[in-house]
Amino acid sequence: MARVILPQHLRTLARVNGEVTLSIAGPVTVDSVLDTLEGQYPMLRGTIRDHTTKRRRPFIRFFACEQDVSHEPTDTPLPTAVASGAEPLLIVGAMAGG
Amino acid sequence: MSTIRLLVGTKKGAFILTSDGRRKQWTVDGPHFGGWEIYHLKGSPADPDRIYASQTSSWFGQVIQRSDDGGRTWNPPGTKPEDLMGPDGMPKGESNMFLYDTSEKTGQPLTTHQHYDGTQRPWEFKRVWHLEPSLTDPDTVYAGVEDAAIFKSTDGGKTWKELAGLRSAKGQLWQPGAGGMCLHTILLNTGQPDRMFVAISAAGSFRSDDAGQTWRPTNKGLTSKYELPDPDADVGHCVHCIAMHPSRQNTLFMQKHWDVLRSDNGGESWQEISGDLPSDFGFPIAVHAHEPNTIYVVPIKSDSEHYPPEGKLRVYRSKVGGNEWEALTKGRADERLASTRLLREHPARCDGGRSTRPLRHLLRYHRRAGLWFC
Repeated sequence: MARVILPQHLRTLARVNGEVTLSIAGPVTVDSVLDTLEGQYPMLRGTIRDHTTKRRRPFIRFFACEQDVSHEPTDTPLPTAVASGAEPLLIVGAMAGG
Repeated sequence: MSTIRLLVGTKKGAFILTSDGRRKQWTVDGPHFGGWEIYHLKGSPADPDRIYASQTSSWFGQVIQRSDDGGRTWNPPGTKPEDLMGPDGMPKGESNMFLYDTSEKTGQPLTTHQHYDGTQRPWEFKRVWHLEPSLTDPDTVYAGVEDAAIFKSTDGGKTWKELAGLRSAKGQLWQPGAGGMCLHTILLNTGQPDRMFVAISAAGSFRSDDAGQTWRPTNKGLTSKYELPDPDADVGHCVHCIAMHPSRQNTLFMQKHWDVLRSDNGGESWQEISGDLPSDFGFPIAVHAHEPNTIYVVPIKSDSEHYPPEGKLRVYRSKVGGNEWEALTKGRADERLASTRLLREHPARCDGGRSTRPLRHLLRYHRRAGLWFC
């Protein structure tokens, strides 16, 4: 069971409070987390990564165990603590602009 | 007494203002989508309870929202599981997805447009600037987007298909202006259901006579001296807004980057009607709801100084279809308000329907939560 913390606007869009828990089959990676997340909350499609290219939107960052994993290949297994649900995957709106 | 509903999009969310026919007291409902930029929202003339909204964010991209109860509740159309699944259990489409048509049949051969440096760039979707619901069918709605193109949905915004013929109208010569290469205006008319007009910043105005399948530039008479290598070119003119009264299907009004213009032959040619305006630079233009020869503009000092002449925000009205203008000052909120940012919009959009009267004269103030009506 993986845990995901969404930025406020995406929590509002998905109509969830607090963090989201996901049952993920197979390796827990950014790809598999987002595939499962978007399957469970289809309104989030296109808000975190591009609809078709699946590339991360420029002002979105991923943090796992206090590490920025935004630039890791998205099929890289996330840390064990995230895969086990001990730690959440943070999806963060980057500080940008004024 | 009739009621009035005003749909307001701001950089901080959407608001729904309602009043009775006297328009003295207003109820403000909102913000909806707090913290999201709302580029446009518009009600269906066929069903006033159906409202479409374009919600956008640099962080999270484009979201189309739809209300079926007059704005009390909202949902992104097409995001229910049954909307997304085909009969074979595979995904069949997604809301908020605007894919340019690259198909052999309708999307070729155009694949690029001109960039600032003269090179060709691929079309890249950024956001929806304008939503224009059909005049007769609540489930049909058009979207004007950046990079400039027009899309159509016939299922209430669940899925979108580009009307790619527009980009065939010399699209390879279009290039972005400072505000982006956006399709910001779509005009429909009940009298001629197959005729449509659109306007695109730094490209011009365009007309279709076959419900959006094919298009041609309608920019004869526009002159953009010092802005284009050929000031009378077919395309490339920075049209900021066009407007039309429903009762006069061949009469159009235009606020260009510089110049206010009028066409009386369905866009075949244009004549300048700037007349005695203090400046003919501006963004919005609107036609009175009931007086087809009464038009409104908001002059801005210049393209390099985006504030009203003398720092005084004023709507100018012509009751004779242009050339002779008068400043409207009664009830103005703050004459000293020099830093004003105006929507690249009509001052108001008509929001027709059973319980609403057409709406007029909305201005959005920068750094000030004030509204002014005339």
